[in-house]
Amino acid sequence: MSSPRVEVIERYCKGCSICVEFCPTKVLEMDAFLVKVAKPEACIACMQCELRCPDFAIKVFKD
Amino acid sequence: MAFDYDKYLRPGKLPHIWCPGCGHGIAMKGLIRAIDACGLEKNNTAIVSGIGCASRLPGYVDFNTLHTAHGRAAAFATGVKMAKPEMNVIVVGGDGDGTAIGGNHFIHACRRNIDMTYVIFNNSIYGMTGGQFSPCTPTGAKASTTVYGNPDPTFDISKLAIGAGATFVARTTAFHATQIDKLIAEGIKHKGMAVIEVLDDCPTTYGRRNKFRSVVDMMKRLKDIAVPVAAASKMTAEQLEGKVLTGVLYKEEKPEYTQQYAKVIAKAQGA
Ligand SMILES: Cc1ncc(C[n+]2csc(CCOP(=O)(O)OP(=O)(O)O)c2C)c(N)n1
Ligand code: SF4
Ligand code: SF4
Ligand code: SF4
Ligand SMILES: [Mg+2]
Repeated sequence: MSSPRVEVIERYCKGCSICVEFCPTKVLEMDAFLVKVAKPEACIACMQCELRCPDFAIKVFKD
Repeated sequence: MAFDYDKYLRPGKLPHIWCPGCGHGIAMKGLIRAIDACGLEKNNTAIVSGIGCASRLPGYVDFNTLHTAHGRAAAFATGVKMAKPEMNVIVVGGDGDGTAIGGNHFIHACRRNIDMTYVIFNNSIYGMTGGQFSPCTPTGAKASTTVYGNPDPTFDISKLAIGAGATFVARTTAFHATQIDKLIAEGIKHKGMAVIEVLDDCPTTYGRRNKFRSVVDMMKRLKDIAVPVAAASKMTAEQLEGKVLTGVLYKEEKPEYTQQYAKVIAKAQGA
């Protein structure tokens, strides 16, 4: 099975860093006030980032 | 799989106006997932608010929506429900809107046990107008109007709702994202007045005045203070100091207002 796909919608992201902080496997990083998917292969599709993003700016696709 | 929020959002409205890290966005997403889980039809659902940052929510969602006067959401919602008892009526709004200027409408909607779901976004402050204290601002906390610390005792919204007669009362926080939709869905299914209090954060007008270094700090605090009701029963008063109970706090079945009123109409018509 391929690893999940994490998509950041940059025009919605306000750089609050909630998703970065609560990602258990450190997939995400802040990069100039926007989120960057730094380690996509580490994603376990736990949805913590998507659920807590206040801005509809991050989506996780399992397959 | 990513949840498809677009189906319930009005096109072209994002990004929303809420500040970076504002918990209202997290709560709005929970509300949308709850509506989806309950399978509510857009045309048969009304979302009603008063005024405030939280009360901006109806502008974003594709239902029958009313953005009304400050504190009057419960009154307008009562009107909708009385005119169309078959409609699903959901009220959203802030702690200021619902417990300060709108406190009376709130308690009387609870007392009547009218069938609606009231989701109250409690960020402990008047966010929209620059951080004046609300009845939900913690004692000692700083607001633009309590620069020496708030001398007032604080409303416990859930207790207020229970005391006033609401028949489903639950509480969660913006940190506990999946619990938001579960509790709102339970509230929607409940026949009668359901109040779901979502403790959230206003980093802009509350956080920065009250020594939170970041939005993340505010989220961590929400995580730390929450104690599920079941766990609380095994804890001592000391251990519960400074904590808030989360989950379903109260539930009972009681006559619902539109059904009671239908009997009045039948009597008046000589049935
Ligand atoms: C009759 C009236 N009085 C005062 C106001 C100013 N006002 C607008 S929003 C608000 C408070 C909102 O606080 P809350 O309901 O907690 O929402 P938040 O912005 O924190 O989400 C006030 C006092 C108003 N719009 N109308
Ligand atoms: S789904 Fe989980 S593991 Fe993947 S990026 Fe989001 S928080 Fe991290
Ligand atoms: S939680 Fe959302 S808005 Fe905040 S940094 Fe992450 S993607 Fe951006
Ligand atoms: S002022 Fe506070 S409540 Fe209003 S949008 Fe900003 S963070 Fe949210
Ligand atoms: Mg508020």
